[in-house]
Amino acid sequence: MTMKIMVAIKRVVDYAVKIRVNPDKTGVVTQNVKMSMNPFCEIALEEALRIRESGSASEVVAVTIGPSHSVDTLRTGLAMGADRGIHVDYSASLYPLSVAKILTKLVQIENPGLLILGKQAIDDDCNQTGQMIAGLLNWPQGTFASKVVLDKEKQVATVDREVADGIETVCLNLPAVITTDLRLNQPRYATLPNIMKAKSKPIKKFTPEELNVEIKSDLEIVQVTEPPKRKAGVVVSSVDELIDKLKHEANVI
Amino acid sequence: MMLVFRSILSKSKATSTGLLLRATIANNSYHSFSRCYSQHNFSFSEPRAPSRAESRVPTSRSFCTSSERDSIEYDVVIVGAGPAGLSAAIRLKQMCRERNADLSVCVLEKGAEVGAHILSGNVFEPRALNELIPQWKEQEAPITTPVSSDKFWFLTKGRAISLPSPFNNKGNYVISLSQLIRWMGAKAEELGVEIYPGFAASEILFDANNKVIGIGTNDMGISKDGSKKENFQRGVEIKGRITLLAEGCRGSLSEKIMKKYNLREKGGAEHQTYALGIKEVWEIDEEKHQPGAVIHTLGWPLDHKTYGGSFLYHMKDNLVSIGLVVALNYQNPFMSPYEEFQKLKHHPAIKPILEGGTVIQYGARTLNEGGFQSIPYPVFPGGAIIGCSAGFMNVPKIKGTHTAMKSGMLAAEVTFSALNEGVDMDTYWDALRNSWIWEELRKSRNYRPAFEYGLIPGLALSGLEHYIFKGRHSFTLKHGKPDHEATNAAQLHSPIHYPKADGVLSFDVPTSLHRSNTNHEHDQPPHLRLRDPKIPEVLNLPVYAAPESRYCPARVYEYVADEHNQMKLQINAQNCLHCKACDIKDPKQNIEWTVPEGGGGPGYSVM
Repeated sequence: MTMKIMVAIKRVVDYAVKIRVNPDKTGVVTQNVKMSMNPFCEIALEEALRIRESGSASEVVAVTIGPSHSVDTLRTGLAMGADRGIHVDYSASLYPLSVAKILTKLVQIENPGLLILGKQAIDDDCNQTGQMIAGLLNWPQGTFASKVVLDKEKQVATVDREVADGIETVCLNLPAVITTDLRLNQPRYATLPNIMKAKSKPIKKFTPEELNVEIKSDLEIVQVTEPPKRKAGVVVSSVDELIDKLKHEANVI
Repeated sequence: MMLVFRSILSKSKATSTGLLLRATIANNSYHSFSRCYSQHNFSFSEPRAPSRAESRVPTSRSFCTSSERDSIEYDVVIVGAGPAGLSAAIRLKQMCRERNADLSVCVLEKGAEVGAHILSGNVFEPRALNELIPQWKEQEAPITTPVSSDKFWFLTKGRAISLPSPFNNKGNYVISLSQLIRWMGAKAEELGVEIYPGFAASEILFDANNKVIGIGTNDMGISKDGSKKENFQRGVEIKGRITLLAEGCRGSLSEKIMKKYNLREKGGAEHQTYALGIKEVWEIDEEKHQPGAVIHTLGWPLDHKTYGGSFLYHMKDNLVSIGLVVALNYQNPFMSPYEEFQKLKHHPAIKPILEGGTVIQYGARTLNEGGFQSIPYPVFPGGAIIGCSAGFMNVPKIKGTHTAMKSGMLAAEVTFSALNEGVDMDTYWDALRNSWIWEELRKSRNYRPAFEYGLIPGLALSGLEHYIFKGRHSFTLKHGKPDHEATNAAQLHSPIHYPKADGVLSFDVPTSLHRSNTNHEHDQPPHLRLRDPKIPEVLNLPVYAAPESRYCPARVYEYVADEHNQMKLQINAQNCLHCKACDIKDPKQNIEWTVPEGGGGPGYSVM
């Protein structure tokens, strides 16, 4: 049974970088700033690689949508072990629905048995793409996965989901969409020999036009600002003083 | 949902709590995982017939798995993607093109990206770059701000006294070295150099004849207690017919090599002396910004027994670099270079420039001050040491980038001849001595040692040097004690009370550290090793009042009371900025800086 797994990865500002808002307040400064693979996408790719290594899949395809630099992130994915890559070249801002539409088209081309994504990207924290794709494809979805067990014969994926009350286990008939949460696995390092080998792995290029996807958004970012500076706390000496402050300064009672 | 990233620190203000981890020292400070120095007999591949170097993928590489580690072979292995390392790599590939030869060149860089660990003032003298890449302007090197003014101030607590500038910066540029190195990295890759950031060279490989045959990278995925984690990856051996060490000031492998082959004695060199530079890049008000303006200061806040000074350079885009350089042979163990830097920013001549601005980045790095007297013999069996790892900084000019680059280029030329024509690597020593590096460093050799006699005698001698002697005398002043021996016992001084940070001009260490984008995988053995785990509590704390808790610009070293109310050293290795100050200044040389897992450390982009 030759099942293919498609993993969507995103190039984001590295999590350790101290970001700041750009002068026009339209976003965050990304020039000269270190970019890396979204941590949740690393976890998604790691899970796909483990499934392939266990024999339940034959190929892992890494996909990314973004400007030409995104190819670097794709190469890192190839260095981790993905077999080949797909790069959809688009330089302007992307929104989850557009990404979902593009991935949907790619799924229709590649026909994977499983589509794994990170639950959200650490730059926009949208947590929407996985769910939208499942909707567009009419596939079952297991989001916030903290454990994935694949049954090859029955073509079923059992996913433990991290939900507010605890863990919820769902059974998904393949093909399905899974989005990964933090505790699913610890991604492997890309070793030097693998980085060298990854240079020769194939990356196919597409544009949104070739995929017949029009990128437009119903959302417009109006303003991006830093959160207000936290004011220093005040130590109160009595309950009466606390009540007084809550009443007259904080205006909450 | 509790978010615990595998290696993430909280992005909030509570970085201090996120970064402070009780590290295990004592038994676990010496790694308990297995690492082998390759002791096997290796035979080298036959010299390859020269072929046209057209493809970017080198033709000369072989993969072989020997015992435990993968082994990859190159013609030349360069440790460090800095000015010296990249200049050497570029020059090698240029010579390959010129002479129709083919050499595979691999550059390893411990930072997560090329440029991530690069920090420098920097007023750039393009002399070496003009030789290396004459078309740098057409090729859009990030060198666009020529020096427009050159001020030199002697600071007292309340005043700034203008002095004639001893510098001649005509033709020089104010740059961000991190940016320039990124550009050079791209140029190197265009020529076919393979650069691998995120990989730390942690050991030297020797053959049975004690010749260096390459380096080994760190094992990754080892837990703090030494056990293997889920994602454990064995390091790899990168073997080279020639290995060039370009680790920067106080390179960890370079220091080991210099000791092993007695390179200082061999070169007739004195010990190296150092300074610690602490720097911030600010974005200031447009009206206050004068691109290319250069200011240097002497005097306050440092006392007349402490050599050092500050710099303030205006780059482009309303950015300024400001920093304080403090010589590490300071005597007062209570001094904190970091706090002196915070004080400096409040000086009435400096404060107005910064007011209204924001800090973009912070960082620190040690630099060489030994100059001519401390240059070791740079060649060892199997390779050479280049750049600041050897030490070619021109101290009175406070420039080391151009000489580092030139040393890399010279090493490349000798390496090329060694590999293709069988020339001896020892001719690198001759090449250095016949180059403008030697002439320049020899001329400037007596400025810094003169300050051993104090600030005023030093200034007086400097004046004489600059206007009259110009290095033409025959005597060479010697350095004072090595930096780590210069610290006085705490009882000879009284604690210094530093003002509290105001959060606008001055900041506490955790806030500054956050701006350095420093990060390390927290679950790894601490990379700062104590040779004798008892010394901190037995000597550093009682006798010297724990100077490491003050000179470290990242607050790695803290003394914390344990359950029995005894003060114990806590090493927050995760904070480390890779500046090497502790390796240099620890009184008993008890702290050994070793390289952590690749990819960790600061993330400088405009430093």
